[in-house]
Amino acid sequence: MAKHDIVIIGGGPAGLAAAVAARKAGIQDILILERDGCLGGILNQCIHNGFGLHTFKEELTGPEYAARYIEMAEAEKIPYKLNTMVIDINKDKEVTVINKEDGLTTIQAKAIILAMGCRERPRGALNIPGYRPAGIYSAGTAQRLMNIEGFSVGREVVILGSGDIGLIMARRMTLEGAKVKVVAELMPYSGGLKRNIVQCLDDYGIPLKLSHTVVNIEGKERVTGITIAQVGPDRKPIPGTEEHYSCDTLLLSVGLIPENELSRSIGIDMSRITSGPEVNDQLETSAEGVFACGNVLHVHDLVDYVSEEATLAGTNAAEYVKSGEEKGNTHVVELKAENGVRYTVPQTLDINNMQEKVTVRFRVADVYKDRYISVYYDGVQISKKKKKVLAPGEMEQVILKKDSFGEYPDLKNIVICTEVE
Amino acid sequence: METRELICIGCPLGCPLTVRIDGENVEVSGNTCKRGDDYARKEVLSPTRIVTSSVHVKNGELEMVSVKTKEDIPKGKIFEIMEEIRKTTVNAPVAIGDVVIENCAGTGIPVIATKNVAAV
Repeated sequence: MAKHDIVIIGGGPAGLAAAVAARKAGIQDILILERDGCLGGILNQCIHNGFGLHTFKEELTGPEYAARYIEMAEAEKIPYKLNTMVIDINKDKEVTVINKEDGLTTIQAKAIILAMGCRERPRGALNIPGYRPAGIYSAGTAQRLMNIEGFSVGREVVILGSGDIGLIMARRMTLEGAKVKVVAELMPYSGGLKRNIVQCLDDYGIPLKLSHTVVNIEGKERVTGITIAQVGPDRKPIPGTEEHYSCDTLLLSVGLIPENELSRSIGIDMSRITSGPEVNDQLETSAEGVFACGNVLHVHDLVDYVSEEATLAGTNAAEYVKSGEEKGNTHVVELKAENGVRYTVPQTLDINNMQEKVTVRFRVADVYKDRYISVYYDGVQISKKKKKVLAPGEMEQVILKKDSFGEYPDLKNIVICTEVE
Repeated sequence: METRELICIGCPLGCPLTVRIDGENVEVSGNTCKRGDDYARKEVLSPTRIVTSSVHVKNGELEMVSVKTKEDIPKGKIFEIMEEIRKTTVNAPVAIGDVVIENCAGTGIPVIATKNVAAV
């Protein structure tokens, strides 16, 4: 059986940043496994600009951002296998892999970094009535077909969901000569970034209908039309509000789901809210030596934060390989998300062995105005920060410092919440 | 005198801006910081964008190479630029930064590759 110190599952932005960090932390024996034919992951199809403002202080396109990390990985001579699918990982950190060159093989890893990214929520998860004609795509599939494979996707388009990929595709299809008739969003607010609403919809006069959903898809061989209707507070269609649009294409941009089949096969503890693994402040899952980062852990808004998180996972995996499981005296505290904070990553913090600073990332449950983000240690308010606007589409963070725990030797829980006053 | 409504994209706040334009005289309200004022002035006087797209590659390991205008171009030129991009094909190999179209649509700004595509 082949053996490697660190095996990284996925060669997208998370896997690449984790690999580079692990190498810089002194681990020579690293292997990246990537199922696609090239490194860079989903960034390769995100040809629009706006990536890297935090990481590189300049505005790059997706392929350019990916190329920066691919160059770093190549400069470090980190080995990778392309067109290689991981089909199973077990508790003993044996990774079962299949590709054309090696056939079916098993790799024994000392540490594993999960960096598989996420997938789009499909039509089947939405219960939209109608036939199953050609012309219905998830927004990311349409993006790949247009930007990488060079196909024309459709001429008259309706988009359901105002996630960023849907907004980006509204502009992309308009630029390629298609007519995007409407973007319908089930929620009363958009899940996309403001910048994308302005520059992808407003710039081209594409209407965004909030609190609307698709209630019928027409066409048997190919989509011929879509009916949308307004929804009430219960998110159910309101009879009499139906509007019909003739079109040949329906794009779905209705959410991303971390791709965790492999994580489940290891049997690690999963969060029902993020659909990703639960992790401690080392970004280590409940399986010792198995780390997670990027969109497989929780769906991020900006790739810059993916790179930052993955760098931490790579560094910690390297430390684990070097020092083994000895952690000494631990004091693990649970992080609780309350009152408008949906979840936290990490979910637990070892206040004895944590780094000087730990970044806790989270999303809020609704659009809030003029609220505080507060942190409590055992019921005592430690910090509060005023935010004029909080929205589920944007990740928030608080930074917890090790020295802030000095006065709490018996700390049992940390609460992160929003507060009105 | 003309009035325009904009949404600021400077930060997640998304302030609704009202801009009054009277010839050279521009008055911005609704913003909560300087960035909103700057954004609104630029948007009404000389709005610009980066245009990104992809073009077909001949003899490349990939079918398409992604491209962008090297700098911001006037917003009104977007569709003219797309027209030129759509007519363009390139030969592999292509490297990031290679000029794909010089002086695109008379803007004086080139369209450059944003991806490396090796030849087959």
